[in-house]
Amino acid sequence: MRTKPISEEKSQRKRFLSGNGFVPFILRRLLTSILLVFGVTFISFSITQLVPGDPVAANLGQSAYSNPEIVAAFKKQFGLDRPVPVQYVKYVAKLMHGDLGVSLSSKRPVLEDLKEYFPATLEIALVAVFLALVVGLLLGIISAVTRDRLPDQIIRVFSLTGVSMPAFWTALTAFYLFFFVLGWAPGTGRLAPGADPPPTVTGLYTVDSLIAGDFSTFRQAVSYLLLPAIVLAIYAIGVLTRFTRASMLEILGNDYVRAARAKGLSEFTVIRRHVLRPALLSIITVAGVAFSSLLAGSVLVENVFSWPGLGQYAYRAAVGLDLPGIMGVSMVVATVYITMNLIVDILYRVIDPQMRDVS
Amino acid sequence: MKITLKKIKSSKNSNSIWRQPLAVVGVGIIVIWTLLAIFAPWIAPYNPNAQDAAKFLAPSAAHWMGTDELNRDILSRVIFGARISLPYSLLLVALSATLGSIVGAISGYAGGKVDSFLMRVTDVFFAFPGIVLAMAVAAALGPQIRNAVIAITIVAWPVYARLVRGLILNAKQNDYVTASALLGSSSLRTLIVDLRPNLSGPVFVLAALEVGNALLLLSGLSFLGLGAQPPASEWGSMVSLGAENFDRWWVGLFPGLAILTAVLAFNFIGDALRDAMDPRTAKALRD
Amino acid sequence: MDLLTVKNLTVTLATGRGDAAAVRDLSFTVGHGEFLGIAGESGSGKTMTALSLLGLLPHKGRATGSINFDGREILTSSKREYRDLRGKEIAMIFQDPMTSLHPMLTVEVQLTEHLRHHRKVSKDAARQSALELLSTVKIPAPEAALRAHPSQFSGGMRQRIAIAMALACEPKLLIADEPTTALDVTVQAGILKLLHQLRKERNLSVMVITHDLGVLSSLTDRIMIMYAGSEVETASTSDLLQRPRHPYTSGLIAALPGHNDVAKSSSSKRLLSIEGMPPELGNFPPGCAFHTRCNYAIEACKSALPERIQLSESHRIYCPVDPFSGKAGIEVAQ
Ligand SMILES: Nc1ncnc2c1ncn2[C@@H]1O[C@H](COP(=O)(O)OP(=O)(O)O)[C@@H](O)[C@H]1O
Ligand code: SF4
Ligand SMILES: [Mg+2]
Repeated sequence: MRTKPISEEKSQRKRFLSGNGFVPFILRRLLTSILLVFGVTFISFSITQLVPGDPVAANLGQSAYSNPEIVAAFKKQFGLDRPVPVQYVKYVAKLMHGDLGVSLSSKRPVLEDLKEYFPATLEIALVAVFLALVVGLLLGIISAVTRDRLPDQIIRVFSLTGVSMPAFWTALTAFYLFFFVLGWAPGTGRLAPGADPPPTVTGLYTVDSLIAGDFSTFRQAVSYLLLPAIVLAIYAIGVLTRFTRASMLEILGNDYVRAARAKGLSEFTVIRRHVLRPALLSIITVAGVAFSSLLAGSVLVENVFSWPGLGQYAYRAAVGLDLPGIMGVSMVVATVYITMNLIVDILYRVIDPQMRDVS
Repeated sequence: MKITLKKIKSSKNSNSIWRQPLAVVGVGIIVIWTLLAIFAPWIAPYNPNAQDAAKFLAPSAAHWMGTDELNRDILSRVIFGARISLPYSLLLVALSATLGSIVGAISGYAGGKVDSFLMRVTDVFFAFPGIVLAMAVAAALGPQIRNAVIAITIVAWPVYARLVRGLILNAKQNDYVTASALLGSSSLRTLIVDLRPNLSGPVFVLAALEVGNALLLLSGLSFLGLGAQPPASEWGSMVSLGAENFDRWWVGLFPGLAILTAVLAFNFIGDALRDAMDPRTAKALRD
Repeated sequence: MDLLTVKNLTVTLATGRGDAAAVRDLSFTVGHGEFLGIAGESGSGKTMTALSLLGLLPHKGRATGSINFDGREILTSSKREYRDLRGKEIAMIFQDPMTSLHPMLTVEVQLTEHLRHHRKVSKDAARQSALELLSTVKIPAPEAALRAHPSQFSGGMRQRIAIAMALACEPKLLIADEPTTALDVTVQAGILKLLHQLRKERNLSVMVITHDLGVLSSLTDRIMIMYAGSEVETASTSDLLQRPRHPYTSGLIAALPGHNDVAKSSSSKRLLSIEGMPPELGNFPPGCAFHTRCNYAIEACKSALPERIQLSESHRIYCPVDPFSGKAGIEVAQ
């Protein structure tokens, strides 16, 4: 698992930013974050340009592609007739105004697409990360406390299995079992076919239906999202269980834990007060990173559940060589990742001025 | 800080992976898959592409894992699948480990501006949704297993870069490197020659830990139709046939189990190797 | 009956090469109100001896033998019984105050949590005792100190806080594991002074562990010297420092600054320093473990464990050779 990968940029020229205070720290981190987002656009732009592949062919049918006039019109419409560097500069210029361009595959503004698809993924990812935190923390703690004994052995195999399961296959197997055999799961999609989604406020059907006071839609939304969310959570549970165990064991080896035990406190108190607190900091970091990887990882799960989310959108954009679409998705996920890191870094600074001088 | 693989090499060591039952199970599973891959034509009961059985036969004595939509024997296809997934995942890991190590070595050796630039680039890659980029690259290059390997390599190298850079920075503080640097003899080449024994261990362990992920991503791309193409008996694309006919459970179940066992085995081994390393390196590998 | 009687204590730890005994067949006592020093080079098993008294050995560590504390056998205690003992009857101060205090908990929490746990006192009463403890160990501005985190204190202050923590429940036995090793020399003196003061003012039994004999010279009643997990010599502090009999002890003393005159007058310049390194756990030499570094080793030392020789009621050694006469034999004993 990768944690805290964003290193701090120390700018020598900007005196204020290189200060050690809290505000310069935040500004510095914000600046790096913004640069990172641009880095992401630049790299996705470069890489998709470097590899051969013709977006025109990918988005136009056979007959249209053989008609030079249609091809020229398509290129002009999407700005593909200009040199690549110009395209990028134009893209960035529009990006500054919050314009993510027009998707080649859906022919709609990317921002509109993202507004539609992102909440669907966010909804299952949030549930998944919540499940993963609860289960992963619990299992990880049990595992560390019973180190090398039976519960630990079982949990280790269990969590390793969790990170070894191909998500698309887990999704398929779970769907077969819970929908087809047991009939517990309602089916694919976010709501029953033909059901009206609640009026959009957040885009999360569960939240929106509650806002609208529509409890039957709420129940339905929950029943539809549970299975994809659980499948999505399995990998994250594995990751968090393993990470919790590792960081607990690391902290358990500290002198201050031995000192706490030497005071005759109950094991429960030792774990809760002396071990879990410092361990939680690093666990939260990983949970943040796990969350953004869930967003991207949902591609494979959404495919099986026909979940109309970011993953499905990303897939269509990729297959259609739809550069604005790919960049849009990349930016959303990268922004979530960077924001998570930013929050975690700030948390570290706020909660924990004591930690740093020890470690 | 001392980083060596010594502990892994001596088999009398109690930390040796041979004392860890899971690692032994993992090695056992990989050996079995390797043998199945090598001797597939002799072991598989049918030709994996022969379409002469009936369509969608449930598992039976004649077809242990049943048959698929195109009347093919799934057991034979699963066995032949080992010939695709295993070597390509290993290739993928070897490529990204090499690429990442080179970037990391340059970064750690050069330091200064080069280092900050390269590390910013790796930061960006970490922020990147790897699978999205891999999908885009694979789609652009054209759906083929070889292109999927290239696509994933492009997103998988930064972990190695960061590890190698960290190791080199640590080693730079080590007396002997500092000494040779002071004497002016520390070219990149000597640095790498000096440090190779210290680098190869952790990189190897990280690579072992990443094989499982590589296999998951690779079969994931194939599942989406962006990797191996029909009629190749690739596990991921076989699962996607199961997704199209989800009520015929056997079509997707068995190839998926094949992926699961292989990935699990690699993870058992990688985990044991990491635990056998000295704690500091193990921690560097975890973060 | 002594407060603590340890008999044939052996501590086995898991190492890279399998299990190995870090403490070997160790027997010693600590009387009521007595200060016992345990000294030896680092790695000789001092900390493991201390931890085994508290049942706090590292993962996969095992202790065998017998530990009688205050009239009862504690080595076979249940986890619960051990917890009731720790902090309350036997308290411990650790070597490095930079790592032995919890970085995220306030001094108040760390000073009172075990007091409240063991004595079931109210929060306010615990706070009151904490304030008194802080004044006892001479922390300035105790009120403010309670609210602070350990990171706001220097190493010496932290060690004082750790001592206050250990004293909180008025334990019968205090184990101080290298309480000054991690500190600056000037700060060390302050901590030693504090320990002296405790010795005068409280009826405490204390086990002070160190690898620096100088620390013990004025503090302890008796000193036990350990090498490679075994006792090599035990004597009253004055006997041990002035009339060391074991070659290892003499070497340690000779290495002390200011003790050179003793070594010189002993006509044995070879003792001025001990060459070589102490053996690593799992690689303890057979026979007398010290024979690889001993200038007096005879053939028998390489295979046979040296017998215990009782020189006087309080002075015993594990070595048949008298370094001052250079002869094998125990004439001196008469
Ligand atoms: N957790 C552990 N696992 C294995 N061996 C250990 C552990 N802790 C200490 N040791 C070893 O046990 C031996 C005795 O250690 P210790 O009692 O700490 O020595 P001392 O306190 O006299 O310096 C040393 O060789 C040390 O390396
Ligand atoms: S003389 Fe023999 S027994 Fe005595 S300390 Fe030397 S080696 Fe050990
Ligand atoms: Mg010690």
